[in-house]
Amino acid sequence: MINVYATYNTIISSLGFSTSENVQNILEGKSGIELQKDTKLSDVPFYASIIQDEKLNQAFSAINTTSEKYTKLEKMMILSLHKTIQASGEKLDDKTGLIISSTKGNIEALDKESPFLEEKAYLTSLGETIQHFFSLKTTPIIVSNACVSGVLAIAVAKRFLQAKKYDKIFVVSGDVLTKFVLSGFNSFKAISEAPCKPFDKNRTGITLGEAACSMLIKTKENKEGVEIIGEASCNDANHISGPSRTGEGLYRSIKKATQEAGEKLKKLDYISAHGTATLFNDEMESIAFHRAALSNVPVNSYKGYYGHTLGSSGLLESILGIESMKRSVLFPSIGFETSGTSYALNVIRENTHKDISAFIKTASGFGGCNTAVIFKK
Amino acid sequence: MKNTVYIKAYCAITNTKMVCNDEVLCEENELDYKSFLKSIYKNYCEVSYPKFFKMDEASKLAFLTAEVLLKNTSMTENEKEDLAIILSNKSASLNTDRDYQNSIQDKNNFYPSPAIFVYTLPNIGIGEICIRHKSYGENAFYITEKFDANLLSTYAQTLLNTNKTNNVLCGWVEVEKGKCSSFFYLLSNTEGELYSEKNINEIYQSI
Amino acid sequence: MEALKKELKENIIEVLNLEDLTIEDVNDDDALFGDGLGLDSIDALELIVMLDKDYGIKLTDPSEGREIFKSVEVLATYITENRTK
Repeated sequence: MINVYATYNTIISSLGFSTSENVQNILEGKSGIELQKDTKLSDVPFYASIIQDEKLNQAFSAINTTSEKYTKLEKMMILSLHKTIQASGEKLDDKTGLIISSTKGNIEALDKESPFLEEKAYLTSLGETIQHFFSLKTTPIIVSNACVSGVLAIAVAKRFLQAKKYDKIFVVSGDVLTKFVLSGFNSFKAISEAPCKPFDKNRTGITLGEAACSMLIKTKENKEGVEIIGEASCNDANHISGPSRTGEGLYRSIKKATQEAGEKLKKLDYISAHGTATLFNDEMESIAFHRAALSNVPVNSYKGYYGHTLGSSGLLESILGIESMKRSVLFPSIGFETSGTSYALNVIRENTHKDISAFIKTASGFGGCNTAVIFKK
Repeated sequence: MKNTVYIKAYCAITNTKMVCNDEVLCEENELDYKSFLKSIYKNYCEVSYPKFFKMDEASKLAFLTAEVLLKNTSMTENEKEDLAIILSNKSASLNTDRDYQNSIQDKNNFYPSPAIFVYTLPNIGIGEICIRHKSYGENAFYITEKFDANLLSTYAQTLLNTNKTNNVLCGWVEVEKGKCSSFFYLLSNTEGELYSEKNINEIYQSI
Repeated sequence: MEALKKELKENIIEVLNLEDLTIEDVNDDDALFGDGLGLDSIDALELIVMLDKDYGIKLTDPSEGREIFKSVEVLATYITENRTK
């Protein structure tokens, strides 16, 4: 089987417009979550991690002068991808693939008050816009699989590379904070009144966020790369919105990803978990990790820094895991104070120096979906 | 090394017709698609499944297409447990997204519905099939301009060739603007008609 | 009260898409969740929306619903005492 490597990447978020800026902020313990008072999104103030329009427009104007043509999401995704392509120095030829991952895309185009055409709400339109911007020769592959989309996109890239359909694939993910999603999670009584506290005893729900990320995945090793040695996506077969009480799909995903990694995997040194901070999700993860005998492995959730960035979260948190591995530093799980799951987890409390040879990224979402991907230095 | 891939069964539903393995199972000209789906549920589902009525239209369509296909093929419980489901369409969940948007559009009549919101994701139909058939296998939902046999089959083959599963339920499931259309086929590395892209496209065109 | 109970049964069947049921199938003291009508967590959330929309009652904590949604009888009593529209 061909080896596949995760290489150049860019995070665009409220904590910065490059991966290094984001990591620097994490090392300093900064969170991008703030109290928001935008009445277009909600009548009452709420906590979320939001990218400033002004800052985004300024950064975008450096690469394109027709800013008004693009939605916020498109600008974020294009900016991220542009930076990754530039850094890699790669040419976009007919063996270069693009995978786009988003949970809701430009969903706010459905709003009658949106300045954009309803047509923009189609993910195929988002695909065309990005393809056209970069004059890409191949049609983008679009993955939309709830909250595992971002990490599933990495698994999909690996598989298409191993099937020799492409030589290299750029993956770009993005979701923005919308009234649509905020009101939906509110109707689920799932939004936390304070910044979210993943795995904590006093957690009361999700904080939402927005981000766009991109990554180059290729079959040739380089000094930037870490190997993707195993992945799997298994369903809970239990409930469309409630996490499984036995963590079945997540447990199976971890088990199958580990099996695929085989002898390449000596030891998992770190888990970049989903950790949305809802009562049931975090509990479910603790059960799955316990069943997989991973309870003692250092674990964090990045939701305390970024909130839940939906279809972008899996890619965002994979990139941060890779950075953690490369720098040999475990990043703390912001918001965590007291253990609050049936099976205690080894939640990271402060920046800790540790050699990380391999880590696993996991995510779970509506529809009972779960994904696990293992990265190795 | 590539293993041989077979088409084990297929099923397709449109506004007026249901076809399974070359046989037209039912045809109606006067019903709208919602009533048509309901009549398929009443006549072709052997189990009583009250949750069916709670699903959005796209999930109902996915559920029924899988139900009828799996009823007309042989599969052990173990095979079902590892069944991978890879679906696609153009509009994701926009049909239901619009319903949800209506529940939040008017400031003075702002009652976001959780029961609608939960279906504003294209992969929920996959989840419904998994719950019904106790399938814990691989899932993915792709968005494509039109039915793309090459994409689906390339991906399905990566699962079959790496022994992640022996059976992949692939297909297209679209509900939008008063029209529904689905086309599911079961790819297997053990038995069935030899798969080729040409082959599957011909079946798709014939429906 | 009887009219309210009938109205509730109709609304519950409609809002929760309980296609196989008619109002005659639902007794005043039938358990709505668990073994009774077999409603689940999403149904509970949808009933919270119904309380707000039709009767102007706002529940913020879904766990409050557990008692209130016990049966049509209990629900009707609660609405009578708390409705604002």
